[in-house]
Amino acid sequence: MSAPTNLRDVLDASKVIVCCGSGGVGKTTTAAVIAMEAARRGRRSVVVTIDPARRLANALGLDGLTDTPARIDGDWPGEMSALMLDTKRTFDGLVRRYAADEAQAEQILTNTFYENISGSLSGTQEYMASEKLYELAVEGDFDLVVVDTPPTRNALDFLDAPQRLSKFLDHRIYKILVSPSRGPIRAVNLAAAAVTRSLARVVGADVIGDAIAFFQAFEGMEEGFARRAERVDELLREAGTAFVLVASPKADTVAEAGYFADRLADAGIDVRGLIVNRMQPTFDLEDRAELGGDAVRERARTLAGTPLGDLYTCLADARQLGRAEEQHLAGLAERVAPAPVVRVPIQPREVTDLSALGELGDVIFDAEDDGGVG
Amino acid sequence: MDPAQFLTASRVIIVAGKGGVGKTAVTATLAVAASSIGLRVLVVEVEGKDSMASMFETNQLSYTELELITAATDHAGVHARTVTPDDALLDYLNERGLQRLSKRLVSTGLLDMIATAIPGIRDILVLGKVKQLERSGTFDLILVDAPAAGHAITFLRSASGLADAVSVGPINAQATEVLDLLSDPERCRVVLVTIPEETPVNELIETAYSLEDSVGVALGPVVVNGIHPELAGLAVDPEVAAEQAGVALVAGEADALRGAAGFRTSRTDLQHAQLDRMAEVLPLPQIRLPDLFTSSLGRDELDRLAEEFLRQVAELPDPTA
Repeated sequence: MSAPTNLRDVLDASKVIVCCGSGGVGKTTTAAVIAMEAARRGRRSVVVTIDPARRLANALGLDGLTDTPARIDGDWPGEMSALMLDTKRTFDGLVRRYAADEAQAEQILTNTFYENISGSLSGTQEYMASEKLYELAVEGDFDLVVVDTPPTRNALDFLDAPQRLSKFLDHRIYKILVSPSRGPIRAVNLAAAAVTRSLARVVGADVIGDAIAFFQAFEGMEEGFARRAERVDELLREAGTAFVLVASPKADTVAEAGYFADRLADAGIDVRGLIVNRMQPTFDLEDRAELGGDAVRERARTLAGTPLGDLYTCLADARQLGRAEEQHLAGLAERVAPAPVVRVPIQPREVTDLSALGELGDVIFDAEDDGGVG
Repeated sequence: MDPAQFLTASRVIIVAGKGGVGKTAVTATLAVAASSIGLRVLVVEVEGKDSMASMFETNQLSYTELELITAATDHAGVHARTVTPDDALLDYLNERGLQRLSKRLVSTGLLDMIATAIPGIRDILVLGKVKQLERSGTFDLILVDAPAAGHAITFLRSASGLADAVSVGPINAQATEVLDLLSDPERCRVVLVTIPEETPVNELIETAYSLEDSVGVALGPVVVNGIHPELAGLAVDPEVAAEQAGVALVAGEADALRGAAGFRTSRTDLQHAQLDRMAEVLPLPQIRLPDLFTSSLGRDELDRLAEEFLRQVAELPDPTA
């Protein structure tokens, strides 16, 4: 099983790396490790984290910081920075950028409906992650941007989120709501007014009023948003942008990773690497046929109740799990081929400081492509 | 504590936990356990995930009920369905004679706008539907597989937020009814799930306090997944153990056994440290489900987990005693 590239080649060839995968697989930590490895290789990297566990944030010195890149001091020739995504601030920045003047920006930023959009519209977090990525990649002083994605099934929505958001902002119904008496669509308007009235009865008139005020304030800005969205989309499809899948070897997270691989394939994007965290070491003996298959489990049964029986049970458990994990991974590894597949054994402790992050980097970037862990 | 008493203490149990801790597996375990002691169970999935279907080897779940376990002499039966906000909203409007409105909402895309205009409405629609299912009395136990990640808190907090934000009308009524459900320990409890590792345990502790403080929902025992079963013999060196047993080890075998034992022992020690820490700061009973050393669960595994679950519940102190 030899692939034409290894993960370090992928790293060296990329200007942007997007880490995708489901929650709980060590995605944020992996993203940080990748950014650190780039710094060790003399590059200027920045990692955008979405929701880092507190200890990782501490390890990165990110506690209490906002969405501006903060330099992390370490013993490497390059530079590494990190930041946490702040969806609302990023969105606010976009509004300020495209507003005609300060008054328009204020009108939008103080609107209740806008507050809800910027906080909770499905896809907003994904969209802002890609917006932040674009900002850092194009306008920042970095030569590698590593971005973590939200731990949801919709994480790849940012691939179409720019379009979705601009579609949302551009929706005909809002235009009708905003200008209820505009000429030729009067008949539609009457119907829309009826819908609006019924809606107001169910959800309250305030809510509808806020929404209308928002779209009125937003008028004229859609185009700027749409153009920006297109440029973000182009960046994501450039050759220098690599999508890396992060998974654990459990059946359900492998299935989720497969789902992400499909989403990417649908979008015409190749997976450039697969990192599988939390692999069970199997303590294999080479060339020992007598200990292969279920022989170890057999011995555990025969010797049950003795210390040696316990020892065999332990080894059998490890191998059983390791085998099952490899079975689950087989299909996924094939699917992402020729992308390198890196198997990372379960780490004895969590990453609590930079040196632990560095050790994990050694494991990830020095792992052989064919696994062989333990 | 009598397992039947435990599983019927409230008709709704919401199973919550961060991604990757086996929340869906615990939901399935509870379902099998409850059905095996004669309770008719409904599993409600709020995210369209496939794992429940693959554990029971059935078709994908949908908005219509699907049978996961057929009622028989040893089982009262388990059904499962999804409850998604969009479907729940259409139901809600249809039940109030607003079919025409609901069609328009879909055709114009206004549904998205409403959901955006009123944060939490998606959650309230889902919980409102759960409340309706609870009231219908068709099932003895409704297990809700809550959204993953940090969403459990916002999911459950949506009711009080909405009741404040929308002061009159049907939405307010719906939110108030959901709030009544959540705050009544005889109708609804939350079971939090975690694995015995540092970050998941930290998050569980935070979630537990946050849910009690801001939602006022009753918390059941914590379910901890993936506990290594005790193996006392791992403390003995393989060479010594082999000599005791009169078994000759082949070259390298002792190293493999030693390596596996050392790895497992260090992981087990870490697990115990986390369980102890959790017990110290969180005064909730812990139900510890064993690691089955398989990376996918099927019906056999669920039966084993359900049996273990019932055994441990029976050992919990009786709250009325």
